[in-house]
Amino acid sequence: MTTPPRAVSRSTKTALLLAGVAVIAAGCGSSGGGSQAAGSGGTATGTSGLTVPTAHLPVLQKIGKGEGQLNLIAWEGYLNPIWVKPFEKQTGCQVNAKYAGSSDEMVALMKNGGGGQYDMVSSSGDADLRILYAGDARPVNINLIPSWKDFFPAFKSPAFNTINGVHYGVSLQWGPNVLMYSRKDFSTPPTSWSVIYNPKYKGQVTVPDNPIQIADAALYLEKTKPSLGITDPYELTQPQFQAAVSLLASQRPLIEKYWSLASQEIFDFKNGNATLGAGWPYQVSSLKAAHFPIGDTIPAQGATGWADTWMLAAKAPHPNCAYMWMRYISTPKVQAEQAVNYGETPDNKLACGFMNQIQAGSCDQYHANAPLSYFHSIALWKTPLATCDNGKQDCVPYTQWVAAWNTQVK
Amino acid sequence: MAVTAEAGERTERGGVRLRVASALWRRPWARATLLLTPPLAWFILLYLAALVVLLITAFWQINPFTTSIVRTWTLSNFTTIFSSPAYRSVILRTVGMAAAVTVVDGIVAFPFAYYMARVASPRARTALFVAILLPLWASYLAKVYSWLLIFTHDGVLDWSLRHVGLSQVHLIYTNWAVFSVFCYIWLPFMIIPVYAALERIPNSQIEASQDLGAHTWRTLRSVVLPLALPGIVAGSIFTFSLTLGDYITPLLVGGTSANFIGNIIYTNIGIANNVPFAAAMAMVPIVIMAAYLLCARALGAFEAV
Repeated sequence: MTTPPRAVSRSTKTALLLAGVAVIAAGCGSSGGGSQAAGSGGTATGTSGLTVPTAHLPVLQKIGKGEGQLNLIAWEGYLNPIWVKPFEKQTGCQVNAKYAGSSDEMVALMKNGGGGQYDMVSSSGDADLRILYAGDARPVNINLIPSWKDFFPAFKSPAFNTINGVHYGVSLQWGPNVLMYSRKDFSTPPTSWSVIYNPKYKGQVTVPDNPIQIADAALYLEKTKPSLGITDPYELTQPQFQAAVSLLASQRPLIEKYWSLASQEIFDFKNGNATLGAGWPYQVSSLKAAHFPIGDTIPAQGATGWADTWMLAAKAPHPNCAYMWMRYISTPKVQAEQAVNYGETPDNKLACGFMNQIQAGSCDQYHANAPLSYFHSIALWKTPLATCDNGKQDCVPYTQWVAAWNTQVK
Repeated sequence: MAVTAEAGERTERGGVRLRVASALWRRPWARATLLLTPPLAWFILLYLAALVVLLITAFWQINPFTTSIVRTWTLSNFTTIFSSPAYRSVILRTVGMAAAVTVVDGIVAFPFAYYMARVASPRARTALFVAILLPLWASYLAKVYSWLLIFTHDGVLDWSLRHVGLSQVHLIYTNWAVFSVFCYIWLPFMIIPVYAALERIPNSQIEASQDLGAHTWRTLRSVVLPLALPGIVAGSIFTFSLTLGDYITPLLVGGTSANFIGNIIYTNIGIANNVPFAAAMAMVPIVIMAAYLLCARALGAFEAV
């Protein structure tokens, strides 16, 4: 009886080995998808008492000869060959892209001033202050970027990339998180976010799988329940925060899917899994391109949104190419190309005409000529901190947002 | 003269090699050290050290203002995990899912492997092997997405049910969908070890069992199953641990209640930047797997190995 078990064991070991190799192979094939998630934590936005370590660094006075290379950290879709190829041809600066899936990844890649490896990052408003207060971004001489003077005033020196008059990059584009609906199921467009909290649409709603979604609920409550006293959806006291979280918890039975990739939401609308949802203009333009009858609106209560900046790394190895890139990406035509392709709003007010040349009506569609009141209706992403803007310490920090999202909402 | 000198040099060089070789031959421990040091150093540095760092990080915290890690010892991450009913239910759900997937894969894999090992002709066996191994070459994501197309609203499954007059099931974004995809994806990892175990059972033992008057079921229970047990346990270790740690399938085909241990770790690292909490959460599947392996050993699964 001794031989057979030995034989079994040897073959079992071989099988274990074989299967182990297969496990590794299977693991290599998979990769986690990240969404353009709002980042977390960070240095206080209440800038009192904080100084930017790199504020004294000298700025470039004149753009010199290009270094031949430019290493950029970007959101996917931000380095489209449509506008990158002509830039490379014009300047001889070869663009090397590193795509990041979240604001946190961007902050991590920019650690130590970009490590002497990366030149710039296209970070969102919730990551910018963390990057610059960590001393990882360096001042930019805005006079070297002529198109900057054509920017909408709100994006010339916004608080998320300009501190005490010092610029740490140049604003890029921005956009709202819109209410999306299938025109097959909604003959009259919804005008309020209340539809995504309405039990009538059970099993048809899709919203982002992202704790920053609590701000969307808070924004809705700010307008519909004034007794809570919410003034900023990113600065919530404990009772305000709990009200937003319970609203989302009551919404959960209506949710068909919490989407974590833009492509998931596109899939769900196309296949009829969802008829209503919160999403980015990118999904809307993709669905329109696929001839799906999608509608999008910014409801009466307003919307949350994001604003991105090309920030210059403190140890950027190719500063001349970086300045050439900032100069190029700010010009109306390139701004228009990115706006139409990605589905966002350009910061350059002259981009409108170019947008309509690329795609008729796109200037209106992406709000490139909308009045200032439109801009004020968008609550741009910022990192929730324990310190409220009024200096009190009673706001709920982002770590608790994540915990509540995981334990009370989902 | 020159010729002799050259020959002497050659002997000299050969002599060094010979002396090293014989020294190593005389001292087996030196030979073993020389052979094992590089892989062992690799293992300790890259694998064990990473695990130790993970263990240590789990006892730290982050500063909620800056999300930088605060290096003071605390058990707060673990108290949060075990005192919060939500995290407890996530752990139970994950373990339940892993156990269910393992049991179903075992039930499906055993007859399949038995047929391959003991019934099928060599040609059919090769064909079955290819059928099992081929999906392993395809991307994990491609496989999960194809299931998404099967389960989706009026997708292949519901469309077929509608056309044969049955009611539709709407499996998309439910834990049933997650369960089905897990069972499909990890099945080969169960079949291969079970097959290897069954293949090596000598015919003589089965014949002896029959000669002694045992019926088919009795032979299966008393001879085949005990001898195949190490293979079944090996397979179950794969299916159980792979399900325990996966977060992509729940993310893609799961719905509102598809929150598993892996998803909690993913959100805490990827979005919240709370690495200590993610590390504490990652300790949970490690402890569960250790307990699982100890149970398997207590059941005698490794005695034959």
